[in-house]
Amino acid sequence: MTAEKSGWKQLSADRMETQFADAKPAYSDSEAAIEAHRCLFCYDAPCIKACPTGIDIPAFIKKIATGNIRGSARTIFEANMLGASTARVCPVDVLCVGACVYNDLNHQPIQIGRLQRYATRRALEMENSHGWRLFTPKPGNGKKVALIGAGPASLACAAYLALEGVTPVIYEKDDLPGGLNITGVAPYKLHMEGAIAEVEWLLSHGADLRTGVEIGKDIRFEQLVEDYDAVFLGAGLGSDQLLGIPGEDGPGVWGATTLIREIKNRAGFSLPSAVKSAVVIGGGNTALDIARELAMLGVAEVKILYRRTTREMPGYCHELEGAARYGVTLVENLTPVEVVREGDRVKAMRVTSTKSGETEDYPCDWVVIAIGQETHAGRLYSGIKVDGKGRVIVDEKTRQTGNPNVYAGGDCINGGKEVVNAAVDGREAAFAMLRSWGTAAGPYNRIPGQRQ
Amino acid sequence: MADLSIDMCGIKSPNPFWLASGPPTNSGEQVMRAFDAGWGGAVWKTLGDPIVNVSSRLGAVDYYGAKIMGLNNIELITDRPLEANFKEIYAVKKRYPGHAVVASLMVESKEEWREIVKRSEDAGADGLELNFGCPHGMCERGMGSSVGQEPKVLAEITSWVKEYASIPVLVKLTPNVGDILDPGVAAVEGGADGLSLINTVKSIIGVNLDNLVPLPAVGGESTQGGYCGPAVKPIAMHMLGALARDTRVTVPISGIGGISDWRDATEFLALGATSVQVCTAVMHGGYRIVEDMLDGLNFYLDDKGLSSVNELVGLAVPKFKEWGELDLNYNVIARIDAETCIGCQLCYVACLDGAHQCIHTNQGPCQAYHGKPDHGANPRTEVMPPEHHTAGNGAPVQVPFVDEDECIGCNLCSLVCPVPGCITMEQVPTTAGKESWNDRVARGLA
Repeated sequence: MTAEKSGWKQLSADRMETQFADAKPAYSDSEAAIEAHRCLFCYDAPCIKACPTGIDIPAFIKKIATGNIRGSARTIFEANMLGASTARVCPVDVLCVGACVYNDLNHQPIQIGRLQRYATRRALEMENSHGWRLFTPKPGNGKKVALIGAGPASLACAAYLALEGVTPVIYEKDDLPGGLNITGVAPYKLHMEGAIAEVEWLLSHGADLRTGVEIGKDIRFEQLVEDYDAVFLGAGLGSDQLLGIPGEDGPGVWGATTLIREIKNRAGFSLPSAVKSAVVIGGGNTALDIARELAMLGVAEVKILYRRTTREMPGYCHELEGAARYGVTLVENLTPVEVVREGDRVKAMRVTSTKSGETEDYPCDWVVIAIGQETHAGRLYSGIKVDGKGRVIVDEKTRQTGNPNVYAGGDCINGGKEVVNAAVDGREAAFAMLRSWGTAAGPYNRIPGQRQ
Repeated sequence: MADLSIDMCGIKSPNPFWLASGPPTNSGEQVMRAFDAGWGGAVWKTLGDPIVNVSSRLGAVDYYGAKIMGLNNIELITDRPLEANFKEIYAVKKRYPGHAVVASLMVESKEEWREIVKRSEDAGADGLELNFGCPHGMCERGMGSSVGQEPKVLAEITSWVKEYASIPVLVKLTPNVGDILDPGVAAVEGGADGLSLINTVKSIIGVNLDNLVPLPAVGGESTQGGYCGPAVKPIAMHMLGALARDTRVTVPISGIGGISDWRDATEFLALGATSVQVCTAVMHGGYRIVEDMLDGLNFYLDDKGLSSVNELVGLAVPKFKEWGELDLNYNVIARIDAETCIGCQLCYVACLDGAHQCIHTNQGPCQAYHGKPDHGANPRTEVMPPEHHTAGNGAPVQVPFVDEDECIGCNLCSLVCPVPGCITMEQVPTTAGKESWNDRVARGLA
């Protein structure tokens, strides 16, 4: 099915995510100029080194300051085709912004994410209003690449390939492309509309999207490997992992990514008014996200129960602080043992303390389980080697799997990281493919800020 | 508190801060508010045959987001009737007898000069300032800078005015000349009681890139204007210093050009100005800026143990030398404080690309050639290793380091460094005595 026929561009306004305002609103022209002028224009800058995609951040900010929006956006996209969404969803506090030298000078660090959002948004608006394109794809070179999953990794890979004259064909089992940018990203960072606009832009360089097609079911994986010059595996992760404890099955217990998707995507979904309290199990960023979303949607009491301490939790400190601003609390050192039910209804989360061994009930109406997602790549794609945690094993530089014609990137190789990590995986895989064919790629394989 | 009052060739004012001739001194109502705010004097918006102005009139250069680094204007002299101006001068002097009111004048014929001098004196002005500086609009009519650029004409008109005037006469100079000493000395020879400078610098402030019309636009066209504001201050200070140290210039000088705060003013005073005049900074911030000027200057004088602002005048002049008199044996080198360095590496790239390749990182061998063949291939062993510390987020800070043998002491790194006090220029001890280029020439060595 083609993208147009699947109807994924028509969105219902009746989605809960529309209730979330932007946590960091878009800059106006003057706000962006003022912030851009603050940048010191560091040489060999720490922010570049902190960015997984290595965007030449001082260069794109300088260009904003001079009003060179097109040049700024090009600098961003050449390094990171998902520059528009990563500007909004990246954990900048632990990446570029956290590395800004102003932190060391006790000044407010440059708001790099917001500037990147400004440059990419304005440039794409100008593409529409002025009729030019930032990038012109090269003529077709006859190469074809199949990409499995239409998430950030595949979209980035497909866009770079399309610009080089390769024909990318993306297979997506869902109706919607975009992956976690559509289904999972916190709605106070990015709504579906923004994510879909980015997908459309990426595809517009010449990628073919086929939604509702599941590799391994509708088409055999081996068939793709045979039919295409290369295959990129950007299949992400599977469904939410469960706890395997009594009372877990039944209404009122949610997998975190499932519930986030309902809030973000499903028309007409709403929280039952009876849900006054919720317990979230986990200590990662997904746990922090769903806890904050529930609190923002009016659930009066949201508690995160975590089996270790905040010092050890994988969730970011700034995200925990963000959730705490909406009244979310976190209780440490608790192991879940049972979802206590009264008839059909969830009554409490029963936990034991890892310190004292005592058992305690946390009364709640909902339980949300955010302890990770299944890895399914090893099971679905024959011949693809995975590590002990189910992550696809790839060459660090080329993202090649054991099969040199099969590349992989994104959550399926890292077990669940950021969009920006998927974006760099897609880019590196695309460049490695081009190199393997002896194709002169560029200028998109010039990583700004690095000496060639 | 120090005594701020001055007497500039007979023009007395309670402090050295005067408003320069321009929009802030266009009317009596404005000047009275300025005096209430603390200004010690005002040079009235230039009087002459009233003209017709254009719209628009001003343009500005912003710098890194800061507004009005430089301003230019194509406004002419007063567009109000002379009678109204003289009435208001009279009213101001009556209400503020202790403040300085100087009438800026610009007319053409000797007879016109005679008449306007008399009317200014009748109105009660404390002094006259002859506008030989305006570089736009009036110069095409044979006035303003077209006079200031012709020392003989300047001297002659000055002598006309001196013939008629009983109050002190200042000559305001244009910077649009090859050597400011020519018009400056000519004014003194013409009998001027004092000089004031600089007037504005001839300029085009910008071009509108949408319609390619220069700025400020008058319909679809523009013309050259006069540039002023913070950007012109160094130019003004050089011309002030050049006049102040010249023995032929025996009259006091009123300093003008980019003065925005007490620090600027104090620098002008130290370079030989008896009074200072301010226009652009008031156009930007209002008369109220004088409060900080008065405070700041007062505290500075106290700190320096000076009991009067007059003691400050000219203290920097003896230290303003010709290049040939400077000591060739004096050397400084850059020192980077690893503790406060934030790792921006602006010093590194500035030295690498814009100076003498003497600052290094541990990112690899330096390829720069210093005239010492071993430098590129074999980094010198005496080069200090880089010191590291960590930033607030725990990331290591890349601290560049200076090859002190190679550093030529140009200051550039310390100028680009955003951290106060991080890069200092330190004197290299030497046993050699002072030797200037002139000394070498005298000894037949050059």
